[in-house]
Amino acid sequence: MSERRKTGAERRRPGADLEPGSEPADPLARLAVKKTWKMYVGGAFVRSESGRYLVTADGVDNYPWASRKDGRDAVTAAQAAQKGWAGKTAYNRGQILYRLGEVMEGRRAELALSLERAGESQPEREVDAAIDRAISFAGWSDKYQSLFASSNPVAGPHFGFSVTDPMGVVVIAAPDRPALLGLVGSICPVIVSGNVAVVVVSEVDPITPLILAECLATSDLPGGVVNLLTGKRAEVLPHLAKHMGVRALDLWDLTGDDAVKLEVAAADNVKRVTRRSLELEAWYDETRGGSPGNIERFLETKTVWHPMGA
Amino acid sequence: MTIKLVEPKATAAGDRRRGERRLEFAHAWDYAPAPEAVDHVKILPRYELFIDGKWQAPEKGRYFDTLSPSTEQKLSEVAEASAEDVDRAVRAARHAYDRVWSRMKPLERGKYIFRIARIIQERSRELCIVESLDGGKPIKESRDFDVPTAAAHFFYYAGWADKLGYAFGGRPVSALGVAGQIIPWNFPLLMAAWKIAPALACGNTVVLKPAETTPLSAMFLAEIIQEAELPDGVVNIVTGAGATGAALVAHPDVNKVAFTGSTDVGKRIQKALAGTGKKLTLELGGKAANIVFADAPLDQAVDGIVNGIFFNQGHVCCAGSRLLLEESVHDLVIRKLRDRMATLRVGDPLDKNTDIGAINSRMQLEKIKELCAAGEAEGAERWSPPCELPAKGFFFAPTVFTGVAQSHRIAREEIFGPVLSVLTFRTEAEAVEKANNTFYGLSAGVWSNKGARLFKMATQLEAGVVWGNTYNKFDPSSPFGGYKESGFGREGGRQGLAAYLHVD
Amino acid sequence: MHPIASGGGPAERGTLPPPGPTPPIDRIAVEERAAALGKRSIKKATKVAGLKLAISMMDLTTLEGADSPGKVRALCQKARTPEPGDESIPSCAAVCVYPTLVPVAKKALEGSRVRVASVATAFPSGLSPLSVKLEDTRRAVELGADEIDMVIDRGAFLSGQYQRVADEIAQVKEACGEAHLKVILETGEIGSYDNVRRASDLAMHAGTDFIKTSTGKIQPAATPPVTLVMLEAIRDFYYATGRRIGMKPAGGIRTAKQALHYLVLVKETLGDAWLTPDLFRLGASTLLNDVLMQLKKEASGAYQGPDYFSKD
Repeated sequence: MSERRKTGAERRRPGADLEPGSEPADPLARLAVKKTWKMYVGGAFVRSESGRYLVTADGVDNYPWASRKDGRDAVTAAQAAQKGWAGKTAYNRGQILYRLGEVMEGRRAELALSLERAGESQPEREVDAAIDRAISFAGWSDKYQSLFASSNPVAGPHFGFSVTDPMGVVVIAAPDRPALLGLVGSICPVIVSGNVAVVVVSEVDPITPLILAECLATSDLPGGVVNLLTGKRAEVLPHLAKHMGVRALDLWDLTGDDAVKLEVAAADNVKRVTRRSLELEAWYDETRGGSPGNIERFLETKTVWHPMGA
Repeated sequence: MTIKLVEPKATAAGDRRRGERRLEFAHAWDYAPAPEAVDHVKILPRYELFIDGKWQAPEKGRYFDTLSPSTEQKLSEVAEASAEDVDRAVRAARHAYDRVWSRMKPLERGKYIFRIARIIQERSRELCIVESLDGGKPIKESRDFDVPTAAAHFFYYAGWADKLGYAFGGRPVSALGVAGQIIPWNFPLLMAAWKIAPALACGNTVVLKPAETTPLSAMFLAEIIQEAELPDGVVNIVTGAGATGAALVAHPDVNKVAFTGSTDVGKRIQKALAGTGKKLTLELGGKAANIVFADAPLDQAVDGIVNGIFFNQGHVCCAGSRLLLEESVHDLVIRKLRDRMATLRVGDPLDKNTDIGAINSRMQLEKIKELCAAGEAEGAERWSPPCELPAKGFFFAPTVFTGVAQSHRIAREEIFGPVLSVLTFRTEAEAVEKANNTFYGLSAGVWSNKGARLFKMATQLEAGVVWGNTYNKFDPSSPFGGYKESGFGREGGRQGLAAYLHVD
Repeated sequence: MHPIASGGGPAERGTLPPPGPTPPIDRIAVEERAAALGKRSIKKATKVAGLKLAISMMDLTTLEGADSPGKVRALCQKARTPEPGDESIPSCAAVCVYPTLVPVAKKALEGSRVRVASVATAFPSGLSPLSVKLEDTRRAVELGADEIDMVIDRGAFLSGQYQRVADEIAQVKEACGEAHLKVILETGEIGSYDNVRRASDLAMHAGTDFIKTSTGKIQPAATPPVTLVMLEAIRDFYYATGRRIGMKPAGGIRTAKQALHYLVLVKETLGDAWLTPDLFRLGASTLLNDVLMQLKKEASGAYQGPDYFSKD
């Protein structure tokens, strides 16, 4: 069912040769407990319903290979969570995102190690930026409204104002790199306003996102608000793009015909589609990667009128 | 102490039985015809394409008739723009963008737009007549709503031209380039204003395609644009039908597409633009719930219901086409509604007392009839006040369906005509559930005397516009647009600028 | 049953027959609707018919401290024959005067169909003891008044003593005997459309024949939206009881255009049955000449000047 599997213990054992059979195992050594990586859906850690899995590039870890049905389950979980999440106060959502930053800080080393293993040259820098990004968007939770809402000076005896609403389920195709900063930087602006997200994470580094999932799971974030799928974007996204319960697509770094097909499929229920790329360094730029424009893209504007005069 | 009712006197003789109690709205003092004088309006026998500031004949030499839907008489013929003509228009727009409009000082740009607003006000009389002749809407609506609101829209966005740097919290903005804009037939001039005014204010140039059944007011707008001395090519107007629109959408040098119309066509445009990176805004259909609670100011709610569904013959994307009544006041409201509907005057759009004019086209009339037949077949109860429709022209009596279920076609599909579907609810939660149970999300109305309830309902309704104790109100300063399949992007207000700018 | 707040003594506590909870009125929407009806285009034959109808519904009014027999006689002459020599112009519905001038009016109007209306109940404030108000009413009727225009005690109404207001109306109605009763709400003093509606319901349930907006002594007096609210109250009362109550806007109606606006309100709210002097009146002192001028203009095609119409 899968390519040959190597254990983490093999790799971590000092002096171990990765070639099998080259050195006998030390019968007295402690065997490390290896983690079974799981996707994060509806607040639970799950394997793919298909039972399939993939192996990381370094051949060390297995991780779930999400199917079309996993995508569907994630959307269902997100839909179930949406009302409750959007119904929380902005202050509360801000505290939960701040808590995410706290939890990430506590697992800073683990996140950095994971990035390093995936080949990032400055893993600490990326982790720090990702934590700071979460903290920054936590602070936006009760402020973006003042920027995007308006009182409308209509020419008549009516009081008019426009406020923002979250859209609902947003599907994010996260950038391959920076796997963590790009993930945090795309999730936070989407969910801070009350949206819920189904995220197909980096194909280059799926493990760091799954560590982030553990941070999300311990941040008081209600289950289903963020759902992380690992696997192959090209396989899952077409189904998510035409899912009638999804309201928006946030597509990072996608090019070519497949991306066009996603846009075409999205039109079936008039999804809001954002396709964009940021160069690696721009993710670190607070005015770009951290712009409140990233929140605004996933908001609806609702205008309310009421007569003045009793 | 209890007051006893005094027995009625001869002059105030009571009808003893409830069934006999009804009001007559017949002919005790009938209004004589009050037609608007039209002799001072000059409609040319033929209109060419407005490209690069000049009237230009279409390459293929093809023209189509535009009819008055109230008489079925030909009013004029207008050019049918081919893909080549559209290309010519886009090139003119690009040229004007590169050479003039993008280089102009923003305040100067604004001053041109102010000028357009002023000339529309000045020529409002003829504009409203043309609008009613060509589109069939009552003159009182084109006079009191369409034309003044169009002028107001230009006036509003004119003022934004030199303030764009402040509009997005200091984030840098820039114009997009050439905007291709396709507008519908229900508010021809007003939709042209909604599209052109913000586009120009943001520094873009425009190619506009009016709807094929209502091109005339756009021809008058072209004259106004000439009169305002707008630089050539900044606004180009190409008339035609679907193929012309498709050519505009597909043109590679168009940077932005704005469309108002049906959800079906909107989806096709979204698909056509997939992968092009062109900015798109869509203002599509609706099936709005107008929700009336028992504690509402009911007489005013009835006015709002009538305005909600019969304004502009119901050819309104945000029409309150689903009336949700709290069950306890269902019969009372229906009685009031019927009395009110009995006073509605259907007929000549140019008569100043006409409340409901002509249906815009034969095709639309057929669609309305088809859906009403479906409503009857599905078992809803159909009612219209006694009303004589003119022998000529496309007319449809105001119609109410009661006993409508959420699953009926007339409760789900946009009829785009003077047809109201009435449903009931028992609780606030049920009202919200029913209101939101549609793939549309353009607008909603809520009628209640309880402020706390209004705020809660406004929060829960999935609709881009929520009218509390009012309906069908519009203002240039007020963002308008839909949730879900009613489209995306907003028109009006600061938010409406985003459709025509790159914002970093 | 509708609970009635009571500020009076225990004897005055009680309940009215069901006026039901007073429906709320939205100010902006009702003003919009009234204004929209003001935009009906009334031209030519419709205008002529409407203006004549308006004359036939007019309560020609003089309520000045300086009113004298001579003044009242002149007014009565005008009411009988608003435009001498033009048979097509109807007489007015009534002449409205203070009680002491009722006999003068009665005599001057003998043999005509013009009725005599008298204000009563301590007009215009309504702030006298009930016994005085009842006596005022009885005397006016004895002196020959066909119709009594009473005022409600706004102080009592605004302080929530609805039962007391209702009782007074009922007792005045009884004191009227055969005379018709019009109850003046003085809408300019009661503060809101909600209160206009409440007072209308109260008066109708207490037995009045007409509800009337104003004394003419307080601004604002009659307005189209106030009238619309009252017409809607009349409509609901009709459906609830089968009784047709009359309506009289009064005060501030000076032009033919305004008069036509009120007729449009009636036509499109209550319909054909109310387009009669039996159920609709216009209370006015200076309106008639403008209506006559407009009629003359329609007939002759020339705009008219005030010197060609008698000022009475």
